[in-house]
Amino acid sequence: MDFKKAPIIIFASVLFTVTGLQAQTRHKAKAPVKHTTVGLKASIAAGQKVFAQYCVSCHQADALGVPHMNPPLVKTTYVLGDKTKLIKIVLNGFNEDVEINGETYSNSMASHDFLKDQEIADVLTFVRNSFGNKASAITAAQVKAVRATNKKS
Amino acid sequence: MKNRKLLSALLPVAAIAAFILFNACKSGGPANNGKDSLNTTTPTADGGAGLKLPAGFNAAVIADKLGGTREIAVTPQGDIYVKLNRAKNGKGILFLHQEGDKATVKTGFGTFGGTGVYVKNGYLYASSDEEVFRYKLNAQNEVISPDQPEKIVTGLLSRREHEAKAITLDNDGNLYVNIGAYSNACQVEDRKKGSPGQKGCPILDSAGGIWQFKADKLNQHYGDGVRYATGLRNVVGFDWNQQNNQLFVMQHGRDQLHDLFPDMFTTKQSAVLPAECMYALKKGDNAGWPYMYYDQEQHKKILMPEYGGDGKKEGGQDAIDPVAAFPGHLAPNGLLFYTGNQFPEKYKNGAFIAFHGSWNRAPEPQAGYFVVFQPFKDGKPSGEWEVFADGFAGTAAQTASGRAEHRPCGLAQGPDGSLYVTDDNQGTIYKITYKK
Repeated sequence: MDFKKAPIIIFASVLFTVTGLQAQTRHKAKAPVKHTTVGLKASIAAGQKVFAQYCVSCHQADALGVPHMNPPLVKTTYVLGDKTKLIKIVLNGFNEDVEINGETYSNSMASHDFLKDQEIADVLTFVRNSFGNKASAITAAQVKAVRATNKKS
Repeated sequence: MKNRKLLSALLPVAAIAAFILFNACKSGGPANNGKDSLNTTTPTADGGAGLKLPAGFNAAVIADKLGGTREIAVTPQGDIYVKLNRAKNGKGILFLHQEGDKATVKTGFGTFGGTGVYVKNGYLYASSDEEVFRYKLNAQNEVISPDQPEKIVTGLLSRREHEAKAITLDNDGNLYVNIGAYSNACQVEDRKKGSPGQKGCPILDSAGGIWQFKADKLNQHYGDGVRYATGLRNVVGFDWNQQNNQLFVMQHGRDQLHDLFPDMFTTKQSAVLPAECMYALKKGDNAGWPYMYYDQEQHKKILMPEYGGDGKKEGGQDAIDPVAAFPGHLAPNGLLFYTGNQFPEKYKNGAFIAFHGSWNRAPEPQAGYFVVFQPFKDGKPSGEWEVFADGFAGTAAQTASGRAEHRPCGLAQGPDGSLYVTDDNQGTIYKITYKK
């Protein structure tokens, strides 16, 4: 046995274990920190569940909404545009008439500020990357930042 | 890599689509589980309008692409007034003349969008979401001064939700206006999970009921009217029953039982509950919203969960019972008592109801988009209701997804006993006739 090589082997195996553990932890936390394919995929999957629980009854399974009542979430700047505005709609609700592609929508959307930062990030990432939409992910950190400066009602 | 990304983005869409399709196939079109089953008469193809009707009936599309056609009135001369939900080219009311199986727009007037239109005693009445107007008619029931309506009622609450002001008149010079509640269940925060019901629901002071005004007095406000009936969340379809000399209304029941109370209601229960109720009203009646809802399967008035209910505890002890109850969320937008002689005897004095179709059944399949007949005897519902005219939505998949092509809204009876149905999605007017 070549004892000179032992420290290197030990060092290498420790490094391997640590990175492995780190990877595992990261996976468990769904870490959407970097927009890696894995992070995006996990966020979309989690967001789909949030959508099914809190959004589908008004915005519908195809996210095309209900004429005159609940607005569509497909190909609209409300969804694909400014992230802060979009996060605020979820946090504060939406109670004004909105016109999208010549159609007005008037139903009230309740505040969903009871959702966790991660849940809001996931559902918005899901909506921005589904139904024909394609836009960057939204992170829990971004939601947290908007929530911190959001008006207190 | 890119493909994989795309695939993972599309997967949820495909899953949802498959779920809808699965549910649609499972239930064979409109929801039918147990007592929610939709009774149908033997359908036959009609004359090209794409509707399914009982044998002997025929439907013709007499006009289309008119805009958001809401309520409709047909004059003794057979001319048509129809109200648009939004004014089109500055015209909110259209006047159409019929020749054979076609109706042609002769003129448009009234700059306001809205829902209600009614012809009575030499006047055309029409409503915006805040006001009611009337126009004097000549001997041919044509509007004399389209630019100079008289304002009958003004300043009604319109807070986006349930904003449509449906109107009807009795035989004693009174006008009835629905003022819908600007809320789902009078929660402190509307439609927010966990938000409780407001004690002594303040909405009921100025909405959530039917108001009675004088049909010929100008510029009436709340103070000039009478809250004729309360505890009605939202009414669009209503009609004066000439046999009973009484007001009948169809209420749109509350939404989102599962969303707000997932521990008490499954998505399946939430899709069919609560009932869409028909009420026969007397002055001073209370139909119970927001403190109760009607469960058509338990045949009971149930305490609203926002007010401490659990889906079983009874409530609404001071509220009247409905005279008929229909499956949830079908959205009754038109009610008409048939007094004509053209249709077979069984239809006489019975009620046609235009169900606009559901949206609040998701993720369960949507349903409705049809005209129902509720038989009546001696001024009361008698026997099972049946689907009279179906096929407005298009395919079964279009019904299930809620992407209906046509959505029935307003009903009217012509001087010859023909039945008129509007569709506010594509602006179609159907005329349904019967031949022995």
